[in-house]
Amino acid sequence: MSRLRTAALVGNPNSGKSALFNVLTGARQKIANYPGVTVERKAGRLLLPSGEPVELLDLPGSYSLDAASPDEEVTRKAVLGELAGEARPDVLVIVLDAANLEQHLVFAQELIELGRPVVIALNMVDLAERDGLTLDPEALSAELGVPVISTVAVRRRGIEDLLAAIESAEANAQATPAARPQAARTLPERRQAARNMAQKATVSETAEHRLHAQLDKVLLHPWLGPLVLFALLFVIFQAVFAWATPFADALDAGITALIGIANAALPEGFLRDLLTEGVLAGVGSVIVFLPQIVILFAFILAMEQSGYMARAAFLMDRMMAGVGLSGRSFIPLLSSFACAIPGIMATRAIADPKDRLTTILIAPLMTCSARLPVYAVIIAAFIPATTVGGGIGLQGLVLFALYVAGIIGAMVVALVLRRSVTKGGASGFIMEMPKYQLPPLRDLAIGLWQRAWVFLRRAGTIIFAATVILWLLLTFPKAAPGESQVDASFAGTIASGLEVVVEPIGFNREIALALIPAMAAREVAVSALATTYAVDAEDEEQAAEGLMPKLRAGWTLPTALAFLAWFVFAPQCLSTIAVARRETNGWKWPLFMLAYLFALAYIFAGLTYWLAVAAGL
Amino acid sequence: MTLDQLLPRRQAEIVAIDWTVLAPDEAKRLRALGIDEGAQVAIAHRGVFGGRDPIALSIGRMTLALRRAHAMAMTVREL
Repeated sequence: MSRLRTAALVGNPNSGKSALFNVLTGARQKIANYPGVTVERKAGRLLLPSGEPVELLDLPGSYSLDAASPDEEVTRKAVLGELAGEARPDVLVIVLDAANLEQHLVFAQELIELGRPVVIALNMVDLAERDGLTLDPEALSAELGVPVISTVAVRRRGIEDLLAAIESAEANAQATPAARPQAARTLPERRQAARNMAQKATVSETAEHRLHAQLDKVLLHPWLGPLVLFALLFVIFQAVFAWATPFADALDAGITALIGIANAALPEGFLRDLLTEGVLAGVGSVIVFLPQIVILFAFILAMEQSGYMARAAFLMDRMMAGVGLSGRSFIPLLSSFACAIPGIMATRAIADPKDRLTTILIAPLMTCSARLPVYAVIIAAFIPATTVGGGIGLQGLVLFALYVAGIIGAMVVALVLRRSVTKGGASGFIMEMPKYQLPPLRDLAIGLWQRAWVFLRRAGTIIFAATVILWLLLTFPKAAPGESQVDASFAGTIASGLEVVVEPIGFNREIALALIPAMAAREVAVSALATTYAVDAEDEEQAAEGLMPKLRAGWTLPTALAFLAWFVFAPQCLSTIAVARRETNGWKWPLFMLAYLFALAYIFAGLTYWLAVAAGL
Repeated sequence: MTLDQLLPRRQAEIVAIDWTVLAPDEAKRLRALGIDEGAQVAIAHRGVFGGRDPIALSIGRMTLALRRAHAMAMTVREL
């Protein structure tokens, strides 16, 4: 049996590499980390026209083999075959942005000079044509001495030709030994050559890329730009609340129906209670938030893929500089709104180590999607669904305020950190602005599916385990007649201890109880509350009605507001701490993060509670 | 004149760069992005709310964002 052949996609950032990767490999992708470094490894299978499979690697976008970041280091090592546990790719597929040849041909020359079998994908030719640029791939091929295929990844154009070219490059490499590497040239020489080649490959060209410039005129406008960005963020948060409701209601009804079926089908006893009160009530109350998470990720992915995210970074740079960061931190921080884990991982793109550390430390303050279930339940239970004029819902407004509270908290913390523990020189901001394009639906769908799957896997593992353990702790030992089950249980005993600590900030026993398993994942707080109240219900009828009426009956408004304030700051997620440990190579910073976040959560929950009580709410 | 003084949408050529005021990694990145002596650039946009920072630079068919501090290290000649 012959060895599995390998190929790698290499190219500059913004060359449309990922879209090409998605088309070539379909949904058959494996995402992992390279061992020892925190760089994402994306691999998939493609099928050559002969039917033979090839493992395709999507290497991090680089400007040169002279690495300036951990990402580029991985690309350099992978291309040269120096990466431990990774075979040297048999074929390099160099991806070029057709509209940016002058720039992208610089790195391409460096790769071709290695003398490895090479195929060039002249990608996004449609966008180049839209910009009034007509190119001749054959002329470019003649200049470079390697095959050049025009592709439009998002429309699957040129994919068959590209596969055929990969196959023949691969076959040639088997037949004849690789060409001797050419003498490496200097960067100015390559740049000059790139300019000449780009000129020769250009059939016709109009002066301006119009659409791009027109859009930038509005979106980067000194006054309009920030307004558009702010409006967009506002729409996102309103949409997360409003659009998801029908789907969430349907999921909720489905789960309630399942509980009904289980109650009818199973004999009364331990197993039925575990299934209905523990598993279905607990995990179900988290699954309900899948629609909201999908909607939030859809917006974030669309912003990334359309090229707008880099504009947002540009607009935010001034503000970020004010707290000692740069616009580069905006992307990891915005990703942290979905989840702090990819957010913290995205900080790898920040070159300055102090900048990066500060961004990691404040990332958990961005309201991640796991807080959304908690916020959603409390808001729905305690904030009336009225409008405050102009069709703006009060519930959405409160949600927006919670997000803003997290952002302001993060900015203040960054400012303090940059003057104390992460003190250092001012950071820079250098960033290429990609061309605008409609987010390809296929890539959007693949990205959404990957995110939703991560969430569902968490629901099926961490959240499932935490819920079941909590249910067991709540169910045993059994209460004597007339005694409350929660008071009698193991969990009740633990919560009694914790209650003393959280009582001054307005938290009751059920909250103390929910906070423990919520350390595994924030959204567990909801399922934990659901489980607690379900166990404590006096009869099945009471258990069957939803969590919200029970919250309304059991909590005062100040308690609910304090609970929300707690979740703005509390580091209720062990996975985030674990990722911070990995990314900072030690326990020092994650422990610091844990301590400062708990302190803030306690202070602000307390402040909220006492202010609300004083205001007579 | 240095690049930060260039008026928007005027084409200019970079004639000298004081690499010593730039951090080594930033210098590397700027070079990789095509910022070097002889490069032709124009300022496309400047920062928000009347601020002068950051700067969006047109270079070839690419738009590149950098800080005013970087631009001050580059001497340009208007074309």
